[in-house]
Amino acid sequence: MNNERFELNKNLAQMLKGGVIMDVTTPEQAKIAESAGACAVMALERIPADIRAAGGVSRMSDPKMIKGIQNAVSIPVMAKCRIGHFAEARILEAIEIDYIDESEVLSPADDKYHIDKTAFKVPFVCGAKDLGEALRRINEGAAMIRTKGEPGTGDVVQAVRHMRMMQSEIRRLGSLSPDELFDAAKELGVPYDLALYVHDNKRLPVVNFAAGGVATPADAALMMSLGAEGVFVGSGIFKSGNPEKRAAAIVKAVTNYEDAEMLAELSEDLGEAMVGINEQEIELLMAERGK
Amino acid sequence: MKIGILALQGAFAEHEKMLDALGAEVFQIRQRSDLDRGFDGFVIPGGESTVQGKLLRELGMFDDLKDVIRNGLPVFGTCAGLLLLAKNIENDDREHLGLMNITAVRNAYGRQLGSFAVAAEFADIGEIPMTFIRAPYIKKAGRDVRILARVGGRIVAARQDNMLVTAFHPELTQSTAVHEYFLNMVRSVQSKALRDV
Repeated sequence: MNNERFELNKNLAQMLKGGVIMDVTTPEQAKIAESAGACAVMALERIPADIRAAGGVSRMSDPKMIKGIQNAVSIPVMAKCRIGHFAEARILEAIEIDYIDESEVLSPADDKYHIDKTAFKVPFVCGAKDLGEALRRINEGAAMIRTKGEPGTGDVVQAVRHMRMMQSEIRRLGSLSPDELFDAAKELGVPYDLALYVHDNKRLPVVNFAAGGVATPADAALMMSLGAEGVFVGSGIFKSGNPEKRAAAIVKAVTNYEDAEMLAELSEDLGEAMVGINEQEIELLMAERGK
Repeated sequence: MKIGILALQGAFAEHEKMLDALGAEVFQIRQRSDLDRGFDGFVIPGGESTVQGKLLRELGMFDDLKDVIRNGLPVFGTCAGLLLLAKNIENDDREHLGLMNITAVRNAYGRQLGSFAVAAEFADIGEIPMTFIRAPYIKKAGRDVRILARVGGRIVAARQDNMLVTAFHPELTQSTAVHEYFLNMVRSVQSKALRDV
């Protein structure tokens, strides 16, 4: 990936800002998501809550299923590959996916190396739970970052923890004097030039979304207030009682996250939220995959 | 000079930064009550036209905005903004504000792999960098529409009276030329209003 391609790929993420990216498993769900106001959809065979319930090895989705969703909607379509599985990523690139999510939600294919994302033309989004992870993924070529959160739980606590961690580390880096940055970069395990960028600009060099555990309009508003530039909603929508209504409410909550009166209105009568699992009750912490 | 930027979804912060650097007073429009603040120019940013069009309606801003633009408020739409202003979108049944006499093609260069950057001539300005992200282009333009730029024979920037549209994203480049062009449109409306008084 040359520099111009990387810029274009970062630019696409900029166009997604202030929006909601929704997990969908069928063309019908994709259409519901699009008409509810999703700015992009994530095509996958099973949403994280079901992956968690089913157990076993979880892999890239069937390209035919992804193509069905590409044909069903006009908004960008993303799909997931396993961490380190560059062959799956090549397949997704071959079907002209708009964004690849190298995702801890699937079973990792490589427990040491992430994909060299600079070798691809299509953009990648990667999960991170702190600034070091985020900058390492960007150094590998990720054009967009999201918090890992804890997918498929409907529990927002980990997304909050990861977003707060990232923001506070960004503030800390911004407060250092230039001669302290060399050591800070070493401590974070990231290249100096990326540490310098964060120091100078007080933000990541790419767009940063929240993901993992967002289930309500209030969750989405919380994440936006904590500095997210948009929100991924996975299991939260199609595991709830009224997906259309909940999806549309979360979209509006992201746009007007500071207006509590509007949020109150949006939160009314949404039907049942996904049941969810508390973080103490889960055995598998997906966020610990790929650091 | 006050410029309102539609901040429902998309790359509004980038426009804000650029217009702010050019000395305009900029604020975000996220809901109906923001329209009451009064502004001299209006920007519709890039993003997803489906999302912005839906939120415009559901947040009760659609009719008011359509009226003020029809009454001559200078407006600048990039990418999704172009689609929101277009009278026709060839490959989409949705009609949004439908004020500008153009037929646009949505996602006209295909998916993200079709996104590109190029330098090309813009009328009265000269060569500027242009970034196209899953961009549309204008297939047909009415007689009252002035074509401002073409890339590969396709119309990528145009103006009809108070409406300026680009299929590309000047706000993602280093060049402020198109934003200056827009601010000049706003100024000329203002000075005309002064003369009329």
